Amino acid sequence: METKGRAFKYPDNVDTDVIIPARYLNTSDAKELAKHCMEDIDDTYVSRVQKGDVMVAGWNFGCGSSREHAPLVIKTCGTGCVIAKSFARIFYRNAINIGMPILECETAAEEISDGDEVKVDFDTGVITNITTGKTYKAEPFPPFIQNIIQKGGLLASLKEGK
Amino acid sequence: MGMTMTQKILAAHAGLESVNAGQLINAKLDIVLGNDITTPVAINEFKKSGFDSVFNKDKIAIVLDHFVPNKDIKAAEQSKQCREFANLHSVSHFYDVGKMGIEHALLPEQGVVTAGDCIIGADSHTCTYGALGAFSTGVGSTDMAAGMATGMAWFKVPSAIKFVLKGKLSPMCSGKDVILTVIGMIGVDGALYRSMEFTGEGVASLSMDDRLCICNMAIEAGAKNGIFPVDHITMKYMESRCERTPVIYEADEDAEYERVIEIDLSKIVPTVACPHLPENTRPASELKNIKIDQVGIGSCTNGRMEDMETAYNILKGKKIADNVRCIIIPGTMQILRECVERGYVTAFIDAGAVVSTPTCGPCLGGYMGILAAGERCIATTNRNFVGRMGHVESEVYLASPATAAASAVTGYITDPTEA
Repeated sequence: METKGRAFKYPDNVDTDVIIPARYLNTSDAKELAKHCMEDIDDTYVSRVQKGDVMVAGWNFGCGSSREHAPLVIKTCGTGCVIAKSFARIFYRNAINIGMPILECETAAEEISDGDEVKVDFDTGVITNITTGKTYKAEPFPPFIQNIIQKGGLLASLKEGK
Repeated sequence: MGMTMTQKILAAHAGLESVNAGQLINAKLDIVLGNDITTPVAINEFKKSGFDSVFNKDKIAIVLDHFVPNKDIKAAEQSKQCREFANLHSVSHFYDVGKMGIEHALLPEQGVVTAGDCIIGADSHTCTYGALGAFSTGVGSTDMAAGMATGMAWFKVPSAIKFVLKGKLSPMCSGKDVILTVIGMIGVDGALYRSMEFTGEGVASLSMDDRLCICNMAIEAGAKNGIFPVDHITMKYMESRCERTPVIYEADEDAEYERVIEIDLSKIVPTVACPHLPENTRPASELKNIKIDQVGIGSCTNGRMEDMETAYNILKGKKIADNVRCIIIPGTMQILRECVERGYVTAFIDAGAVVSTPTCGPCLGGYMGILAAGERCIATTNRNFVGRMGHVESEVYLASPATAAASAVTGYITDPTEA
């Protein structure tokens, strides 16, 4: 599995309130929620993002609320992957549980520039910056988590185990 | 190698003799919690995956607190979905309008959570119950759905930072000033993926409300959980309320900690977190001439009885400053009732404040106190991110009930010891 697209660069501590502001949480409809993805930090994201594009951010991405709506809107508006220096723990868990690909890689997150063409191979963890030609290797997931991702999320993996 | 308090609780719930930091385990859950925002997503996932029964109706808690009484039609639909699910599965701990409270004020008060528990909640501030000596952590809706179906959750066993508390807090300082000071010290990801274990002789001087407030904001340092040892204060708090028998765990003497930080409670001063991160802390006394438009006293962090008492002691017989709105939200119906009985509500209204029924409402920019562009609020809540309480150009300063109430009277951010 892989994704290829343009990089959208964001800073440290991107919180779930800017990813999906709570004023929109009166619905659980993913498509409706996705219209507001990143609205309070970048209100052009939804109009610019194309299927497969890659979000690149600093430390502690997804901090704050436990709202699963956050990885859900990022996924629903077509984002192929989030690369960050680190993720807040609930966001990390939620992304895995719903099958939204994320990778932790400090150097890639540091060096990739906004607008670069990026390719990510989820099986190997190899990130290629097509614009600069540089490649990076992200930390692979432990097998337990790889299993959840391969089965298509936590609940699908539980059903299979029954 | 010995285990931390958190590791001991996790080992016991995973049926293991011992666990190590980094180990992946499956643990049995004592309580699975959700609210009116996160439960609908969990119900959708639960149904989509074909589950038709919950693992134990007595171990699920659903609290309608974020947007109730319903703020609009969509919120009403979400509450309705939770209500129907709770009734269908005979969920014992279902709290609707009239019985509800802000979940993390309510569950300890009602004795639903107890020492030694392993708890997940689809709300990031679920870490609050560590104050009772439980392992308790926030998760997402899919984890809640899986927990409701199977009674289990996967965890990566956390390492820990130990905070050794000594001394006693000065007057006008409270648990909020302690946790803001700690977050200012270690940063918003200073405890990422880790436990924050509070210990030391200073613990005995902290009330349950202080401890609940401190653990509540462990997530604001990125932590998986915050936890306090169980002492006579915890036991006294639990004895009249908890349904289940508390189980007491203690950290081993040779437990391994990544870091040990000593906190002298006597040196803590009234502290404020400035926009737009909880780590941007400053002593309240250094913040001069910062004019405020709104004051919020309440939330899962500071909507408890001691918080109301602190606000009352400062606001009684005083007037809220001109051009300042002061919104006071007791955390549960029981707290609201006590505020009425003790005459606090009358005093708040006479001072020019408004008093609401329990809701998370304004803390997350839902309703009941949204800020316009350029407005500034001092709040006893837990997050001051961009746009958290309203317009992206509004500002939130986080503080204790004493600092917030003192500021309401002057109209400027005010150190309560100087008021």
